[in-house]
Amino acid sequence: MQLTNRSKVASVKTLNWVEQLYLPAIIKGMIITFSHIFRKKATVRYPEQKRPIANIYRGLHVLKRDEEGRENCTACGLCAVACPAEAITMEAAERKKGEEHLYREEKYAAMYEINMLRCIFCGLCEEACPKDAIYLTDRILPSNYARNRFIYGKDLLVEGTTPETRIDISGRKKDYEMNV
Amino acid sequence: MAKVTIDGIEIDVPDGTTILQAARMIGPEVAPPTMCYHSKLKTSGGYCRTCLVEVTKGSEKDPRPMPKLVASCRTNVMDGMVVTNGLSEKVQDARAGVVEFLLLNHPLDCPICDQAGECHLQDLSYEHGHYNTRTDFERRTFEKIDIGDTIQLHMTRCILCYRCVKVAEQITDGRVHGVINRGDASEISTYIKEAIDNDFSGNMIDVCPVGALTDKTFRFKSRVWFTKPVDAHRDCDKCSGKVVLWYKGDDVLRVTGRKDQWGEVEEFICNTCRFDKKKTSDWTIEGVREISRHSVISANKYKKLVKPKRLTINDIKALPE
Repeated sequence: MQLTNRSKVASVKTLNWVEQLYLPAIIKGMIITFSHIFRKKATVRYPEQKRPIANIYRGLHVLKRDEEGRENCTACGLCAVACPAEAITMEAAERKKGEEHLYREEKYAAMYEINMLRCIFCGLCEEACPKDAIYLTDRILPSNYARNRFIYGKDLLVEGTTPETRIDISGRKKDYEMNV
Repeated sequence: MAKVTIDGIEIDVPDGTTILQAARMIGPEVAPPTMCYHSKLKTSGGYCRTCLVEVTKGSEKDPRPMPKLVASCRTNVMDGMVVTNGLSEKVQDARAGVVEFLLLNHPLDCPICDQAGECHLQDLSYEHGHYNTRTDFERRTFEKIDIGDTIQLHMTRCILCYRCVKVAEQITDGRVHGVINRGDASEISTYIKEAIDNDFSGNMIDVCPVGALTDKTFRFKSRVWFTKPVDAHRDCDKCSGKVVLWYKGDDVLRVTGRKDQWGEVEEFICNTCRFDKKKTSDWTIEGVREISRHSVISANKYKKLVKPKRLTINDIKALPE
């Protein structure tokens, strides 16, 4: 049964005596090989040298703080329900008196975990977040030997309060114009 | 019997049926949304105006259309009445206006509110609401009040549907809370803090269409879509004992009454069942509750896996020549 008409009969040509020497073909191949020495390198020396990353690159997540250093996340669970890989789990807690400088809203995430092995870096959590709390950044997820090290808790996700430890996401911020 | 046509679908209903009940008999496609009407509470309805419908033909005897939109929960059907709900642009427009009014003072704190995911106002504003407000003034705010040792009142979120007042009036003996003040200043209150200690007071939480009355034992424990609803019952000397247990892992996070497809409680349950029996051993489990797949509560919940049939080479038809 013929399924398509794209099939071709391969030619089985016999070699002539120059071709049977193989030497011209070998020299031709070597010229190509050595010419690559003088070409521009396709690779970079990674940890020291880094390639530029696009603004829309979706790498490791960050949980943002506001200008006053309070955590934006209020554990509303929208990222977890939007997550197609079910990588996010969280537990909420109520903000107590005297913790107003730590958390922006009266509810906050006491536990927030992303399983980086499940995560597919699709960015839907970022789209779903109503509080500007979670962003994907241009950082690359480091490798590790132990599987449980890939479950990132709040200690690894929340950005620092000092200007040096803040993580810049200004390139990713989208300004949605709603219902105008 | 009266013949009534709602959105082009005819149905025969007994006399004395309201338009809303007739629409619900046809099905959820034509039933108008409700916030204050509750089928198990007498004299409920008529406050929120979300169930407005257009009557294009009054009855067989008097075929003139009704001059204004009518509240379907409070209007009885007449023989030969023709009603439009979803098909009427006027109704949709009016409903969007009603939602805008309901949201005037409603705070935008769904990410914090425990009702999110099973909130009627959330559904309604998703369908009809605007993302922006057109008003400049501040929303009115109130302090949170504990109106019982297990019930918390967020007056800020209240839309004054009077359902909790009707529950206290009709289910419990002796109502100790109500709506005080008038007009713009009206609010639900008990006058005396922590005055509600009735055995059936917890039903106020179930009937509240928004997050104004919430279960203090469930406060911020989990979002509703992370919990799994399971039907269960127990022998209770005070109530029917038929409840829904909301599980997270092996823990019962909260107990509620069973709600029908309109989000209205079927049988009211007592406070012992609701607040004190939070162990699996207290209950006889009936099985996992059916959740509409359009509800966010159904997220990440799976039934039995049905594997697709594996195709063999003989199942694939040969392409046509």
